[in-house]
Amino acid sequence: MEKGDSLTTVAIPRWLLGLLPLLLLLSLIAAFFVLDPLAFFAGSFPPLEELHVQRVTFPAEGHIRLEIMNGGPDPVTVAQVLVDDAYWQHTMTPGPTLARLERATIDIPYPWVDGEPLPITLITATGLTFEEEVEVAVRSPEVDGRTLLAYALLGVYVGVVPVALGMLWYPFMRHVDRKWMNAILALTIGLLIFLFVDTVLEALELAAEAPGVFQGVPVVFFGILLTLGVLLAVGQRARMDSPLAIATLIALGIGLHNLGEGLAIGAAFATGAAALGSFLVVGFTLHNITEGIGIAAPLARNERPALFTFILLAILAGAPAILGTWIGSLAFSPFVAALFLSLGAGAILQVIWEVGKLLARDAKRANQPAFSWLNLAGLAAGVLVMYLTAFLVKF
Amino acid sequence: MNNQKKGVSRRDFLKIGSVGVAGLAGVAGLRAVAPATPTSAENRQTHGGDEHAAMTVGQVDHERNGFYPLELLYDFDYGTPGEEAGRAVREWNIVATDREIEIAPGLFFPGWVYGSPTSAASLRAGRIIGQVPGPTLRCVEGERLRVHFTNAGTHPHTLHFHGIHSAQMDGVPGVGRGMIDPGGTFTYEFEARPFGCHLYHCHAIPLKRHIHKGLYGAFIVDPDPERQEGAAQETARSRNHRYPENEAVNEMVIVMNAFDTNFDGENEVYAANTIAFGYVNEPIQVRRDQLQRLYLINMTEFDPINSLHIHGNFFDYYDHGTTLEPTLRTVDTVMQCQAQRGIVEFSFGGFEPGLYMFHAHQSEFAELGWMSFFEVID
Repeated sequence: MEKGDSLTTVAIPRWLLGLLPLLLLLSLIAAFFVLDPLAFFAGSFPPLEELHVQRVTFPAEGHIRLEIMNGGPDPVTVAQVLVDDAYWQHTMTPGPTLARLERATIDIPYPWVDGEPLPITLITATGLTFEEEVEVAVRSPEVDGRTLLAYALLGVYVGVVPVALGMLWYPFMRHVDRKWMNAILALTIGLLIFLFVDTVLEALELAAEAPGVFQGVPVVFFGILLTLGVLLAVGQRARMDSPLAIATLIALGIGLHNLGEGLAIGAAFATGAAALGSFLVVGFTLHNITEGIGIAAPLARNERPALFTFILLAILAGAPAILGTWIGSLAFSPFVAALFLSLGAGAILQVIWEVGKLLARDAKRANQPAFSWLNLAGLAAGVLVMYLTAFLVKF
Repeated sequence: MNNQKKGVSRRDFLKIGSVGVAGLAGVAGLRAVAPATPTSAENRQTHGGDEHAAMTVGQVDHERNGFYPLELLYDFDYGTPGEEAGRAVREWNIVATDREIEIAPGLFFPGWVYGSPTSAASLRAGRIIGQVPGPTLRCVEGERLRVHFTNAGTHPHTLHFHGIHSAQMDGVPGVGRGMIDPGGTFTYEFEARPFGCHLYHCHAIPLKRHIHKGLYGAFIVDPDPERQEGAAQETARSRNHRYPENEAVNEMVIVMNAFDTNFDGENEVYAANTIAFGYVNEPIQVRRDQLQRLYLINMTEFDPINSLHIHGNFFDYYDHGTTLEPTLRTVDTVMQCQAQRGIVEFSFGGFEPGLYMFHAHQSEFAELGWMSFFEVID
């Protein structure tokens, strides 16, 4: 055997040994296609067609635009387009046949009625139908200064303003005693837990809308784990146990969450789904005000940071909402939105961990149990406040 | 009029003159390819571009289908008439097959179809072309009919005629020969009566599927003037294809049908004679000085009724065509349940030339393909 072994090592270079399984795999695949061992099943395979309407926009009066993608394994040919149960003339670019994962744009000259729902159906060459329900037809925003400003303001209302307002409790928090301060930290954890659950659920919902080939749901979980891992590693390296560092991490996590929220709001306004526009915005403002408390709480015990620091933290946590509304209104994609939200969820999870450590350390130093009834009440209050204010933004 | 054997009678040639070049090519089979495209392009322009956005995109490849909308409209399959012991006999060969048909541009339907060697499409192709609706079988009241049926499909089928016949000849499961298995044959034999505008269809189970897959066609029994008297005799002569009075009338057949392309129990395409917007792309040319007679049959599955509405004009209606007096006078809409049918008579005498719309007055059906035009010409 020894002889044989030495012979092998001599005769076959190592790189070839590494390639051998791959070569065998390739020949197996080739044989599979040449010999077609599945010929027995041929004929019983129904056509696997899967079209996704990624986005419906109304660029002008009398004009509907559809962005579609072939999410199935086989090429799909769109034979005709129906708007509100009527065949309608249209142009499709680049062409009516979409290869796997190929995208196309369909332009339909159609006198759509402002503010009314509109069902759109694509019918393929084999007669399968794919339906898309437009909740409300409204003129889509164009990429110009006014639109960007309007959506930026929307982001400011739901992101920056509430976070900044919440931070104004900082002077108050500096004057509460240690016991109550810990309860406020617990409250922060409570609201972060709510945000985590909320973000994950929203991400999963969007992931389900994305074409199946992208495997949106697993990607959401991997996004959470990856973000958590990266932030934990960063935290290890940079000794992230200073209160300011924790506050920054919280701001970052909340910022990512607000980015996702901005995406949803931007998309809702752009597609006319936000029927109760100003009510929704006020709701988000109230809902997000607690986020400011969460960011400021870890800083209450130590030396007061410069005002500038607070401004930066508010921007870090709130401004991503602006970016979110822009992306959401102009180029919404359920998969990308789900991905952003999963990153936010991972960041929030890491922050819960850090704030929890902070609370535990503080309790230990004061020789008190971290899981006191008061802290538990604070945590519950955090969840409850978020839950109740969410009444304003959930339908 | 025994020259019908060749499928194209003198009368047909006269009609051809009235329907223009497209009809000529389609009906007579003088050319393999109907010059449909130029005519439709011209018409599209007269309609005015943007106003016709409520339409399908592209053109159906009628050549691949093997049958043309205008050809289906005018094609009467007289089978093979003959005589036995002094009695008029008429025979057809009908074959059921499976085939994919294009029902709207780029949209294909896995149909079950009837074909006959004596249909215009088959005569042109030199082989049997399965078509939807099936060949319009036309005969005369009192004739002995023999329909030799061959099932060349993959499922059991039958031929069930709406007419008067014995139970043995009814073409339903469990009675007489019942369902004819793939590869099987059977001859349905009965007397042509009563006169009228009738239909035939497959009655194999599951019935709904066998009908909406495309197994149906028109069955027209002309009245025998010898059995009528006075004014009724005149009317019967006009309705009977063997009489010169009939040649003066522009006779058309429309089977209102629909297709459930995704098999969800609702139709995606509605049409007059199968092709969505077929007579919008190629309007039916009608002369002002001619009486128009439309044999109208509803074979729409899933929807309880279908209807016809003609614009700018009114018509007389003979329900089931079994009377020589109209059953409805001066109406511009008529509705039919499934398998209901009738004869629609009207004229554009004295009308301005131009495009006159006609369609189902269920707007939904109209916008899903059952929309058409008459083009009134001098």
